[in-house]
Amino acid sequence: MFEVRVHGRGGQGVVTAAELLSVAAFLEGRHAQAFPSFGSERTGAPVVAFCRIDDHAIRSREPVVRPDAVIIQDVTLLHQVHVFEGLRPEGYLLVNSTRGFDELGIGEFVRDFRRDRLLVVPATELARQHVGRPVPNAALLGGFAALSGRVSLESVTTAIGQRFAGRVAAGNIAAATAAYEFVRAEQEEMRNAQAG
Amino acid sequence: MLRQVEGSRAVADAVALCRPEVVCAYPISPQTHIVEALAAHVKSGRLSPCEFVTVESEFAAMSVAIGASAVGARAYTATASQGLLYMAEAVYNASGLGLPIVMTVANRAIGAPINIWNDHSDSMSQRDSGWIQLYAETNQEAADLHVQAFRIAEELSLPVMVCMDGFILTHAWEQVDTPSQEEVDAFLPAYEPRQVLDPADPVSIGAMVGPEAFTEVRYLAHARQMQALELIPDVASRFAEAFGRNSGGLVHPYRTDDAETIVIALGSVLGTIKDTVDEMRRDGVRMGVLGITSFRPFPLDAVRTAVGEARHVVVLEKALAVGIGGIVTANVRMAVTPERVSTVIAGLGGRAITKASLHRMLADAIAGRLEPLTFLDLNHELIGNELARMAAGRRSGPMAENLLRDLGAVASRIG
Repeated sequence: MFEVRVHGRGGQGVVTAAELLSVAAFLEGRHAQAFPSFGSERTGAPVVAFCRIDDHAIRSREPVVRPDAVIIQDVTLLHQVHVFEGLRPEGYLLVNSTRGFDELGIGEFVRDFRRDRLLVVPATELARQHVGRPVPNAALLGGFAALSGRVSLESVTTAIGQRFAGRVAAGNIAAATAAYEFVRAEQEEMRNAQAG
Repeated sequence: MLRQVEGSRAVADAVALCRPEVVCAYPISPQTHIVEALAAHVKSGRLSPCEFVTVESEFAAMSVAIGASAVGARAYTATASQGLLYMAEAVYNASGLGLPIVMTVANRAIGAPINIWNDHSDSMSQRDSGWIQLYAETNQEAADLHVQAFRIAEELSLPVMVCMDGFILTHAWEQVDTPSQEEVDAFLPAYEPRQVLDPADPVSIGAMVGPEAFTEVRYLAHARQMQALELIPDVASRFAEAFGRNSGGLVHPYRTDDAETIVIALGSVLGTIKDTVDEMRRDGVRMGVLGITSFRPFPLDAVRTAVGEARHVVVLEKALAVGIGGIVTANVRMAVTPERVSTVIAGLGGRAITKASLHRMLADAIAGRLEPLTFLDLNHELIGNELARMAAGRRSGPMAENLLRDLGAVASRIG
């Protein structure tokens, strides 16, 4: 079982991100379950959504309390919501930001984490560029596909294409692809730095 | 076709395949996505002939369903929470008149305090309304139960409530196999009403009945629910033959054969309980789970058989009868020796029921430490603070607001 938690604010497509991730996993023949944290979904309010992926039917419906991966769509939540609850040092962490972990004030927290599983992606900027709106969810899914390798970029873009139509679909697919390539480039740079 | 789909959408698609001729609804969370999807099916012509009636209230929704059913139309509606309470008078009329309406209840708490999250307070409040009540464990079962519900309702001339956990199921995306129109048509015969309002052959439906026959009308309603105890498993087995999967029936026993302790519950929490029980089984604990799918009629014999010789029964329920305790428990105690049964109230107003909490509670149960009535994960400090305020002075103020102020940040916790 691989468990993902997505944190963001109402209007940023947090719930849709978890749903799309579940569809991407389903497209790869896996069992998946996505569900929101069931708040009254007001724009700007903290929102959490969950996604579980497994090779077997998923029965448990508790919230994801020990995530294998956390995706943070809005860094203003870092010191408001217990976004890291249950995340272990071998977990994946993907943050939507143009700043580094130290600058975000969580450098100390992630010090023991595996460096190759931590990344910031400028998802809002990529969304502005490709979708025309600051909706970072699709970009983060593309980045997550590259960071975790748990779903392919192709499955993510297929899921986006099934959910949206026309320009919205094309823009979000472009944003996801750009984020995927951004993460791949970062990983390459990290490998080179280590090799050097 | 197997799809990764939202529960509400899967249910709407299953209902559409049942060809309802009238769908009436008033929006209320967490039911809204279901009727929105049905409205789209009607608009697109995929569900035709069907009239989608947007009404001004839940009372009107059930009243329209009653009228539609009385003229021989297959009628469907959906609601939740306060909406179900608002239609309560008409809910009793539908069953009292013997009209086979199918209604989804997307289970949600009842206020005050206002709360949009899941528990079973709403449908439990209507448990004695004369409707059949079926509770879904998964979205696949929720979809399948609707197909079975129309067949059960129409064969018995009784309305059926399909209860599915609000948000936890309605808003969850998981894989659901949706059958083809041909398969559902073959399973669900056309509605042949026992009574119909027809200008060409006039009758009245809904006579005033005095003491001379009221008991007999009620007896016949009960007798039909007793018939349902036979029909519900029969329809489930025919469904399994036609569609190749087990959904519905009276109860779902899981690892109960040699169990010394059995957990009884309804709805989507069964999955989390089964995972917990599997983990405890690995440690050698002989524990089982009994899901009750049909709460009305209540399957006394099936519960008694499944519980068997188990020493301890833990009923985990998502509703509270204030002033006495467990509602499901009261029913279970008619099936098994009452002393064996403990009540655990859990998941009220959407509080997450976690495996960690279940492990702690079930360890207490095995050790004989479980109280007859337990509130899972009760925050004693929060209660203590309020009791202290109430003891300190008369004007302690509004309770809900006081508790929220004590808690501080809202929505900061995960589980």
